[in-house]
Amino acid sequence: MAVYKRTYAAYEGSLTPRWSRFLILPRYSFARLWQSKFLVMFFMACFFYPLGCVGYIYLANNLSILSSLGGGPVGQFLKVEPSLFLYFCWVQAAFTYLLTAFVGPSLVSPDLVNGGMPLYLSRPFSRAEYIAGKMSVLFFLLSLVTWIPGLIVFIVQASLAGWEWTRANLWIAGSLLAAFIVWILMLSLLALALSAWIKWKIAAGGLLLGVFFAGAGFGTALNSIMRTKYGTLLNLTEVMFTVWSQLFRWPSDTGISAQAAWTCVAVVCAISLWLLARRVRAFEVVK
Amino acid sequence: MDPVIELAGLSVRFGDREILHNLRVALSGRTIGLLGPNGAGKSTLIQTLLGFVPVSAGSARIFGRDIHQPRNLRSLIGYMPENDAFIANLTAVSFVRMMGELAGLPSPAALERAHEVLFYVGLGEARYRMLGTYSLGMKQLAKLAQAIVHGPRLLILDEPTNGLDPPARLRMIRLIKEMKQTGSMHIVVCSHLLRDVEETCEEVLILKQGRIVHYSNLEEERRANKRFVELETVGEEKDFAGALAALGCECVDAGRGRLKMVLPADFELRQIYRLAAERDLQLRRLNYRRDTLEDIFLKAMEA
Repeated sequence: MAVYKRTYAAYEGSLTPRWSRFLILPRYSFARLWQSKFLVMFFMACFFYPLGCVGYIYLANNLSILSSLGGGPVGQFLKVEPSLFLYFCWVQAAFTYLLTAFVGPSLVSPDLVNGGMPLYLSRPFSRAEYIAGKMSVLFFLLSLVTWIPGLIVFIVQASLAGWEWTRANLWIAGSLLAAFIVWILMLSLLALALSAWIKWKIAAGGLLLGVFFAGAGFGTALNSIMRTKYGTLLNLTEVMFTVWSQLFRWPSDTGISAQAAWTCVAVVCAISLWLLARRVRAFEVVK
Repeated sequence: MDPVIELAGLSVRFGDREILHNLRVALSGRTIGLLGPNGAGKSTLIQTLLGFVPVSAGSARIFGRDIHQPRNLRSLIGYMPENDAFIANLTAVSFVRMMGELAGLPSPAALERAHEVLFYVGLGEARYRMLGTYSLGMKQLAKLAQAIVHGPRLLILDEPTNGLDPPARLRMIRLIKEMKQTGSMHIVVCSHLLRDVEETCEEVLILKQGRIVHYSNLEEERRANKRFVELETVGEEKDFAGALAALGCECVDAGRGRLKMVLPADFELRQIYRLAAERDLQLRRLNYRRDTLEDIFLKAMEA
């Protein structure tokens, strides 16, 4: 019907499959996010370290180039070990942490502030789909700077080092993927939960940073006062390092067991989900 | 006609407090008004029908489908909330398109429908403006647009004329009447403004403290009201009233020469004039006494 015909007519066309509807939210969110020049520039900066890793791997596998450039003895130190991928995780996790602090708070809080929830939930669209849709914004965005470049770096190394190396170190790819998925899951849920509870975007972003820094400080204080090591469980950075160390078969000096660290991650995710479930509703119950 | 909304002992509790108590009614009108004072449970009833609030007892059906499966039902419903409700940093066309897509429309169809409904509600020229810059009246129209973009069979309007100036209110009322006339949609209007409900609705459900205190089919009442006449006379009206009663009128003397009567089905008004002339009785005033919605509402509140 032409737009100039100002009459109402019912829609009688086909409908999209229900399972695909949660993907509508990331599409609209990305369209809005990429309008920010700061975000685009920061996102590009997130690829500098993976590019550096690729260059390092290339040089490590082509020492003759380095020798021809006159860097003979340096070549002895260029080795590709599992620790390289652990450091890769560290660096990219720092970038994703800042990226989440920038993007995460704007995902849920504006919908709650502007009363958007009844609009979403009065459609054939559930709360779980809403959370999945909002989470997928962070999942897609963070995946682009974490496990996807991580696997590319691994593939580059595998292609240069040959089949023997690949067969012996294939577990690294699995660890890389698992490490980043766990990190993205925890960070996304935490960011969404804070965004849902702190309706002021700037405060929610600040609190996400605070959860890590304040948690670390509080954990250290607790360890000193109580003469224990369980205060480290409040330090999410150390907790994640413990988890990654186990995945990359690297000795951890955090003082907490891998099992305790995994449990801590699960608890943080569960609490975040519970907080989200409490806030993501079509209406607010005022007591 | 099959009922649009059927409530069978519907009760809703928030903690210890019962908000809706054993509601039983079948509504089948093209436009249904939902009235009641603040805290009567109107919004809770709407939210229950939308599946936002769990039912504590009884059941409800919309188009014969149980509200316990809200997902299937919601594709048939369009909802315009009472309060400010929009998605931040979106233009009106993007907002309505997104809402259409969430209702299941493919992206190109949703875009086309978004343009159509925005023109239809009168926001055609402002459709590329950000929603945050809209006036209150424009936001109301944008909310209406998102509620009808997917062509629902039941449109629920919660206080649709809230905060609108007189021209905008008239426009909203006209739109509701037009949509009613398309015949493809049933409309529930929840409003405090009795005049809005009276102008647009065929059926009215009045709630008070979570209970149904009155159900009224306004169309039928309007027809019935045409038989109800008020007379003001000067002279000896007792004999006149007796003569009218002899012709089958139910007559009540309201004092000071005023008579209220219900006319029989085939009664002609000229007979009143004839009887008055025969008795040399002056008729000062004759009018149909019509129960306004306000009368109905006040009676229900007193009950």
